Parts: sequence; C-alpha cells; structure tokens
Amino acid sequence: MKKDIILAGVGGQGILSIAAVIGYAALEQGMFLKQAEVHGMSQRGGDVMSHLRISHDEISSDLIPFGKADLIIAVEPLESLRYLPYLSRDGWLISSSRPFTNIPNYPDIEEVLDAVRAIPQHLLLDADTMAKEAGSVKAANIVILGASAPFLGMDFELLENAVRFIFTKKGERVVDLNLKALNAGKEFAEIHQRN
Amino acid sequence: MPKILLLGDEAIAQGALDAGLSGIYAYPGTPSTEITEFVQKSKYAGENGIHSQWSVNEKTAMETALGMSYAGKRAMVCMKHVGLNVAADPFINSAITGANGGLIVVSADDPSMHSSQNEQDSRFFGKFALMPILEPSNQQEAYDMVHYGFDLSEKYLIPVLMRITTRMAHSRAGVVRRDVRKQNVAHLPSDLRQFVLLPAIARKRYKHLLNNHPHFITESEESPFNEYIDGTDKSIGILVCGLAYNYLMENYPDGTVPFPVLKVGQYPLPKSMVERMADECDEILVVEDGYPMVEELLKGYLGRGLKIKGRLDGTIPRDGELNPNILAVALGKENTFGLPIPDLVVGRPPMLCSGCPHIDSYGALNQALSILPKGRVFSDIGCYTLGALHPYEAINSCVDMGASITMAKGAADAGMIPAVAVIGDSTFTHSGMTGLLDAIIEKSPITVLILDNATTAMTGGQTSAAMGRLEDICKGLGVEEDHIRVIRPLKKHHDDFVQILEEELAYQGVSVIIPRRECIVAIDKRMRDKFKTKQTATP
Repeated sequence: MKKDIILAGVGGQGILSIAAVIGYAALEQGMFLKQAEVHGMSQRGGDVMSHLRISHDEISSDLIPFGKADLIIAVEPLESLRYLPYLSRDGWLISSSRPFTNIPNYPDIEEVLDAVRAIPQHLLLDADTMAKEAGSVKAANIVILGASAPFLGMDFELLENAVRFIFTKKGERVVDLNLKALNAGKEFAEIHQRN
Repeated sequence: MPKILLLGDEAIAQGALDAGLSGIYAYPGTPSTEITEFVQKSKYAGENGIHSQWSVNEKTAMETALGMSYAGKRAMVCMKHVGLNVAADPFINSAITGANGGLIVVSADDPSMHSSQNEQDSRFFGKFALMPILEPSNQQEAYDMVHYGFDLSEKYLIPVLMRITTRMAHSRAGVVRRDVRKQNVAHLPSDLRQFVLLPAIARKRYKHLLNNHPHFITESEESPFNEYIDGTDKSIGILVCGLAYNYLMENYPDGTVPFPVLKVGQYPLPKSMVERMADECDEILVVEDGYPMVEELLKGYLGRGLKIKGRLDGTIPRDGELNPNILAVALGKENTFGLPIPDLVVGRPPMLCSGCPHIDSYGALNQALSILPKGRVFSDIGCYTLGALHPYEAINSCVDMGASITMAKGAADAGMIPAVAVIGDSTFTHSGMTGLLDAIIEKSPITVLILDNATTAMTGGQTSAAMGRLEDICKGLGVEEDHIRVIRPLKKHHDDFVQILEEELAYQGVSVIIPRRECIVAIDKRMRDKFKTKQTATP
C-alpha cells in the first residue's frame, strides 16, 4: 500500500498535526514515511503545504510528483484548490468549506466552493461547526482528518490510537474531543460515500 | 536500533550528538535553525555539557567552533547559505589553518528561495576553500555523514563542509541511530603554530592543503556516499548529486535505471568514477540542486569536450529547486499533471501577525515621513521586511543582515537627508553595530529604528543577543543619550511616537529610536510554556 497526500492550509491551521497523526499510524504498521514540511517565513499567515508519503515499500522522493497525489487534505477551501496540479486522476480532494479570509482579495466564497464541487471526487464539509460540536473549533483539522480516514487505506483504530498518542500531553479532555472530532469526520465521509 | 522519525536537520543534530560532539555554534536561519534547536532541547546534551547556545552571528559561530576544534574537541557550526557569506573569512581560512578536533560546517541552501534572498550554492564555497564536501540524499545519510565527516576531519585535520538544501532540512523520514561515541579529550594541536597564519606559515599550510587535495579525491572515490551503478544502455550516463538521486529513482519505481548512474554525495568529485562514465557513455546528464557546479566543471567553458546535458543547455531549468517531474522531462518520460489551478485562486503571502508591534511602528513611521519625498527607508532581514508589502509599503530595501544602517549612511552621504534605517534587535547585534559606528564617527544624519521585539522572531523565536543591552550598546558606540529614544509601540502612543520621529528626523546626526514591545507570538509561547510547567509541577 502506498498513499501520497498533499496537506494544505494557512499557517497555524494545524496541517502538521494531521501529518503527525497519519505519520504515527503509518509507523505503527511498519510503513515507510517521507514528509516534506514548510517552515519559516511562509508560516506567518501565508499558505502552507506538506507532502506526506506513506508506503510499505521504500520511498524515493520527498516530493510527490504532479498528478500523482492520492489525496489532497485541506483545512481551507481556497488552499485546497492551490495544489490541484498534484492530484491524480482518481484522487480525492477533502476540504473544509470554511474560508480563512486574511487577505483583502479573497474571492467570492460561493465561487470557491463551486470550484471545489467541480472536482470529480471531492468531499466538502463544515469542519468548524462539527469541531465545535465535538468540543472545540480548534479540532477542525482533526475533523478533516476523520473525513479522509476512509481514503487512507488503514484501520480506523490505528488513527484513533495515533490521536491519543499525539494529544496525550494536552490532557484527557483534549484527547476526547479530538477523538470525537475524528469520528464525526469519518461518519460524514461514510454517509457521503453511501449517497 | 529502532527507526526514529527525524527532519533532515534533526538527523544531523542527532548524528552529531551520537558522534561525540562537544559544541554546536550557530545563528538561527531558515532552513538550518532546527539543527541547533534539537541539541538545545536534548537532555543528553544538557547532561553532558555540550555547548548549544546561539552565537551573535555566523562569523562568531564559525570562529568559536574553530576555537573548540583547536582545543581538540568536536565542533559543529550551522548556518543558512547566506550565513556562510558572513562567516566566509574564518571559513576560508579554516581550510588553511586546518582543524584539530573534528569540525563540520553545515550550510543549508534554499533553492527556489522559500525563505531567502538568493539561491546561492554553498558547494562553491567548499570548492573555493578546497575543503571536502558532503551532500546527503536522505535523512539516514545525513545522520551517517556526521560520523563519517568527523572521522574525515580528524584524519586530515581539515574542516568538512556539509551542504544540505531546504528539502533535506525540512523533510522527515525514519533514521536508525548508531552507538553513542564519547567526546574527545581536550588536546592541543601537535604543532602550536598550525593556526598562526603569518604569511611564512600560511604558505606552508596552503601547500599542505594543496598536497592533500589528491587524497581528498581518493577519499571521494572510496566513499560510501559515492556510488557507480552500472546500466545496460550507455547512450547516456546520469550523474546525480544529493537529493537529485531520489528524483531520478522516483521515475523508476522498480528501482532499475537502464543507464549508468553516478550517485554523488561527497566532493571533490570521485575522478575515476566520472572518468568511467565519460569513457563508456555517449553523453552525461548532470542533475544537481542549486547552481550547475558539476555541470560547468565537466563541460568546460567552451563546451568542446564531453557532451553534457543539464541546466546550461535547458534540459533542466536554469534556476529553482528540482523535483521528480523535472527529471521525467529530462529523461524523455511521460510527464504527469493533475488539474490546472482555477483562475480565481489568488496568492496568500505571509504577513505581519495581528497585534504585531511592527504594525504600530510602520504606522507611525509612514505618518512621520508623509511630508517628505518617498523612498528613504532602508530595511533589513526579519519579520519587519514584510513591511515592504501592502498595506504598509514602508521600506525600500532588504539586502543582507545589517545593510539597513550602512545603506542609510551611504544614501545620507549622497545627500538623501534624512535617511532612515529599520532593523530588528537581533539583526542589530548580528551585523548592525559596526555599521552604526561608521555613522557615529561621521555624525551622519540618519535615524535608526531598532525594532525591539525581544526575540529573533522570523526564525521561530530564538533568544536575541540584544536583550536588555540595546541602550548600553548604542551609548557605548557613541550615540548621544538625548538621541536614544525608547517608545512602546501601541495605538495609544501613536501620536507620541510620530512626534519622537519628527524630532529625530530633524536632528542632523545619528538618532536611535527603539520601539520596544515583545513579539506577540513569543508572548503566546511563553504563556503556554508557563502553563505547561505549572501543570507538570502540580502533583
């Protein structure tokens, strides 16, 4: 099994936490992993992305080739579109529908969402509201991760264990609400897939 | 040992700790910062007295590391590529003095300029200095190369340059550690004049370095990091440096390349391997991140010898970072592409954080300068460089660390009065102080704003050497006390700030204004750390 994943968002939205959870789960299964991150200047409210590659075989490049990503996981809809050149023909795009408008020329949100809906295989969800219901809007990234779970090709329990591991330092309450967020995202994806 | 997941930077730091490091010296700079931070956070380093505090700049870092090497211990010095410009003097001369304890210089290049003002290639500096160079292709090699590099350094008593790129520095992968090696016992160089570069001694030392060069080539030929992988199709040979190997292999998922491949991870180039490729292949494709250094070397200025393909003939783009697709095109393979980016997608450039003290400083500065013709603000390297962008559009230069003050002085010399310099606290102690002395000596009519946010913010909030020292430094250098003005940049002080600026802009000499308010990201981090300590302290 091999999955090439582009993670996208705005600096501070928690895409590296998504990477950490998937990464931990992958390592637990003895998979290989390469993950290219963005540090430095771009983190100041700019667009950030990460290439995450997991595989049972050894991985060559730290970068995913254009047109080869199995998944784009985005915590912001405009950012989900920025990396479309990476998406493979049968790839899925999973994105939050909630815009992060820290730029004066942010396009009309309906046009942005329409552009996402134009992608053949997409999943668009209001992760902020779902995260709030789970206990904190801060868990929106984990809702998105949950919605991506059916496409990751790994046991959901592995992801749950990884969430426990990654957030355990922050206390039981944070672990619980992130597990709720993860499950809410997963359920959304399953309902959507059935339809 | 089990695999641990490390950034390239962290793999280098772990490698250094395991290879008997005694001290790491550095000034923060993306993408090299995490190497030193890893050592700073290491419990093992703390327990074993391994030095890891930040240096004031790359030159002092390089020299201090050289001092540790003189004393017989293993030292590492880390910087971003442009930091090597700052450290160039001791770096080049350290090849002449040589080392005593193992000494590795890590320089992190930034092809495609993710966070830098150029994409210079540090390998040229290594070649210039006649030093061996190591360039890892993955995180495991980055780890292993530190052990190897210290051994090489101690075998020939020569510093070794390790060149990485942003992609290597900031990409994570599994690394297997080795056993931990003890630190060196302090010992003097066998010749106490080895480091005395008086011309008579320097000439001997230089000859010694030149005489070692053939040995360095032999080392490269026998290095575990240089490998000739034979192929059946000799119509082309592929020479790949560092990470380029991965991008090549990405295009051959079964792991077999039909052409001969020379994988290079150590320089000077392994001559016999290059000769073999030149002899048995019709042409050579050179793939290297950064400048076409190897390509130029093999091609020659007139290009009348070997048939070489690469960045110079357009097979590979002349600038920017490599990727698997660039290799696919160069190899004539099918290129892949997903969907085009919809037209409505606009850029989202980095920006000053909401509540950032620099916003207030630029607000006041723009107002104070509104009565003067535009174009007189020289700035520097840091978060405040973002003041060049909308809506501030407040600065007119960003060249190198410290250039704000000296460029303002030069412009004032040319009659641009008043000229303004905007520099951060950490950048000021890095390279601004000496330039300020130039201005003081000539009583140049410049107004210097030292934006003091009490941290090195852009690289992630490292300790600033300027902390608590700025006024004393300025006074000590000779700025008149009346013209050192401190203000807290807040909206409610805006009018006072503008008034101070107007007064100092009118002064026909050197003024220093210090807008002082802690970086809000730093406050946030401090509070979180405090909360964490409190939590762990509670039983």
